[in-house]
Amino acid sequence: MTTTPSGPSAPAEPGAQLASARAVVWQRRKAALAAFWRDYRRQRAGVIGLVGLVLIVGLAVTAPVISDESGLDVTQAPGERLEAPSSRFLLGTDETGRSILLLTLWGSRISLVVGVTATLLAMGIGTLVGIAAGHFGGWFSGLLMRITDWFIVLPRLVLAIALAAVIGTRLPSITTVIIAIGITSWAGTARLIRAQTLAVEGRPYLERARALGAGHWHQMTRHVLPNVMPLVLASTTLEVASAVLAEATLAFLGFGDSGQVSWGTMLSRANSSGAITYGAWWYLLPPGFAILVVVLCFTLCGRALEAVFNPRLRGQI
Amino acid sequence: MADVSAQRHRTERHGAPSEAVPVLDVQGLEVTYRGSRGDVPAVRGVDLRLDAGETLGLAGESGCGKSTLALALLRLLPVGTQVSGKVLLDGEEVLTMSWGRLRAVRWARGSIVFQGAMHALNPVHRIGRQIAEPILVHEKVTEAEAYERANELLTQVGLPAWRARSYPHELSGGQRQRVMIAMALACSPRLIIADEATTALDVMIQAQVLDLIGTLVAERGIALLMISHDLSVLSATCRRLAVMYAGRLVEIGPAHEVFREPAHPYSEALAAAFPSVGDPASRGRPRGLGGDPPDPAALPGGCPFHPRCPVAQPRCETVTVDLWPAGVDRRAACVRYEPH
Amino acid sequence: MAFLHYLASKLGGAAISLVMVVFSAFFLFRILGGDPVDALTRDVPTTPQERAALREKLGLDKPLSLQFVDYLKGVLTGDLGESYQYQQSVTSLIAERLPATVLLTGSALVLAASLGLWIGARAGWRHGSRFDKIQVGVSLTLWSAPTFWLGMLVIMVFARYLGLFPINGMIAPRTPPGFWPQTLDILHHLVLPVLTMTAVVYAQYVLVMRSSILDEMGNDYLVTARAKGLRDVQVRNRHAVPNALLPTVTLVFLQLGNVVGGAILTETVFSWPGLGLLAYQALRIPDLPLLQGTFLFFSTSVILANTAADIVYRFLDPRVRHA
Repeated sequence: MTTTPSGPSAPAEPGAQLASARAVVWQRRKAALAAFWRDYRRQRAGVIGLVGLVLIVGLAVTAPVISDESGLDVTQAPGERLEAPSSRFLLGTDETGRSILLLTLWGSRISLVVGVTATLLAMGIGTLVGIAAGHFGGWFSGLLMRITDWFIVLPRLVLAIALAAVIGTRLPSITTVIIAIGITSWAGTARLIRAQTLAVEGRPYLERARALGAGHWHQMTRHVLPNVMPLVLASTTLEVASAVLAEATLAFLGFGDSGQVSWGTMLSRANSSGAITYGAWWYLLPPGFAILVVVLCFTLCGRALEAVFNPRLRGQI
Repeated sequence: MADVSAQRHRTERHGAPSEAVPVLDVQGLEVTYRGSRGDVPAVRGVDLRLDAGETLGLAGESGCGKSTLALALLRLLPVGTQVSGKVLLDGEEVLTMSWGRLRAVRWARGSIVFQGAMHALNPVHRIGRQIAEPILVHEKVTEAEAYERANELLTQVGLPAWRARSYPHELSGGQRQRVMIAMALACSPRLIIADEATTALDVMIQAQVLDLIGTLVAERGIALLMISHDLSVLSATCRRLAVMYAGRLVEIGPAHEVFREPAHPYSEALAAAFPSVGDPASRGRPRGLGGDPPDPAALPGGCPFHPRCPVAQPRCETVTVDLWPAGVDRRAACVRYEPH
Repeated sequence: MAFLHYLASKLGGAAISLVMVVFSAFFLFRILGGDPVDALTRDVPTTPQERAALREKLGLDKPLSLQFVDYLKGVLTGDLGESYQYQQSVTSLIAERLPATVLLTGSALVLAASLGLWIGARAGWRHGSRFDKIQVGVSLTLWSAPTFWLGMLVIMVFARYLGLFPINGMIAPRTPPGFWPQTLDILHHLVLPVLTMTAVVYAQYVLVMRSSILDEMGNDYLVTARAKGLRDVQVRNRHAVPNALLPTVTLVFLQLGNVVGGAILTETVFSWPGLGLLAYQALRIPDLPLLQGTFLFFSTSVILANTAADIVYRFLDPRVRHA
């Protein structure tokens, strides 16, 4: 067998090479995205969830455009107390006479904003802790994981209400709720990400990077993070689901801004104003059903993402 | 002990093999998996026949369909798999019998020795219980009797009876394989199918286990279908040998002959890949076979082996090969033996 | 010997977790929680001398480190302070309310576990079938619904509209004394809360068991079992389920925190006089000693339950037992 002499081909000029490398990376990313979308489309439940989310977020964002915000003002309430649904008020009125349909529509904004913000906080902490624990190892990792496991075992609601009660006296209520949810939700993600970091770090290209002199920060952000991102995405989506539930729960228990409308505060007021004994089902159903739908949609999307990124799960969801 | 003599008695009563109802009679067996991207034919028409006390080896690479064949014989393939043809176990048609009858036949008529190393044993049940389980399913005995028989079986395969209280993970690979054999013998079947039963074992243990299988099967007059990719193992334990490629048999005949003087080029390649210890001729470098096993969903036309065949002729791409006579009691699916 | 080593490490881990709970409770409720004197005297006009006296009585004039030592002594001797609103020792309040919570949570867990694990196994086994799809859909929906909302719905339908069950509470005040009338009345009050709590916990068990069974499905020992002539149900129950239960049990115990949360919400909605309601009532003012006490109690219980589960698991899985 003859061997052809091989060697690096001389680069044309540095600028052209860089441009073509970038183009290659961009093409590869586009192809990966297309492949991802193809796989995701096959998860029927995930598609339904996605459609639902798009609709709901669309409604929440366009609320000021499609409805009249003044109807939320208690002093300008257009209807009578706890009116049953009619042609004028499709979902009836609450105990102050405001339209429940309007309240439910506007309530989506707070619930979604709090849910997403709290999740970002939780994911931020969790990713940081997870990658650090996976990357550094040794006693540092052990310490981090001990703390993480402690947070996982602790009952979430108990810690959340303790936190909310204690810091609620000092900070505005929306911030309190966000912090309470964030601090109680990061641990599960941290564990997942640590496991994934360990898996990624075992791969040879990271050794190469280290040999080339890559520092800790560079390794973690440039190499580990991009590979851990798919898992983070799936986990984030599922976390938003539980964050929305958590917001509603905390609002129901009395936290959260009573001046603002959220689904949780609606249900809290429904409870305290005696709507149940009154039989005002129109007050009870819409906000709770809205929570259910939003949480379900995020859950379906999250499960679909998990299935796409972990082919082993694909048939199972 | 009573079992063994009863078995022998039954075998002798049936007279010469060719006149009796064969223990296993497979006619035109075809198995097709239904995949997400279309149908995959794993077995494409196989005929086999085993009489009581006969030993037949079935050789081939991974993916040639031999394990599928083994599972098909007792209808153990996943729901949705298309199986056609005939599988007669002691004259009864397995593929069409009712579920109740099938459950009664399984293990009692024919049992399987799987590759025990790969979690074929339930990790959370004790050994004794797993051996006694089929006895309790098929026979009306008390638990105590079943466990007693399990202990006996353990000693027959060379394990101490106290091992019945162990869990699978506490045993070595060789010991687990012996347990699989004891389990397979539990209901005194007429047929045992050994599917890669010694593959994951190291050579010394492999020899012991093969020896054990051979002895037990001969003692009890059980028909043995042994499946492996190792031709040398099969030729040592079985009297006859069949070679499978791409879902079909390509050669069948007496084991020694097929191993030493293969008629089909594929059998030749398989035989050359496994040097026999003690045979100076094969001590030279074992030769491999180039190329990959064919994709069952996209088989080449004509003889499916022709892309990798070292002696392929132009005719091989078009002729439909069949198992033609290639010697005394031998058949091979190669154009070199095509009758004119 | 290996087991003692394992036991020691698990108990040691539990001890560390409990210490962390105790420390963080102090941090949360004493340091972050603000001045108790302010909380106590919020609606009551007091003179500076009265406030100073109160401060001394509560030991708040001591430096923080001494307060911490007092606190530790209290925790170790079972003295968790006095509730602001009830003027009763927190420990006695917890002891009073504990049985009601055990009754509610215990019943709900037994129901949820037996139903959920069975349905989950069946759904996973018949993966892809209509039964499976329906069960997964139902479970995901139940999981997505807020517990307290389900409670309110249940009250509205069964108590308000159908009038079959009482709206809230554990015992009607007019029930005649005596074992049977009292017990039956409690049971009557128990139905709706148990129904609510079971619904959400059940959903989790279904999903966890289902995925555990799915993980077992590809294993060879199931083929062996089928080859032996066992019926499909027997293969599932005798072989797949025992193996699938192991990871399920672990996951179930990890989610005990959710059960506690569910108990708090259910008791709140139904005014069921248990620890969950107590925790909710502690949010008023906020009643810091009571809040701290319930926090300590719930956290300790969950940590101890998880430790017990870890130890018991070792006996359940033969592969780990001899390691």
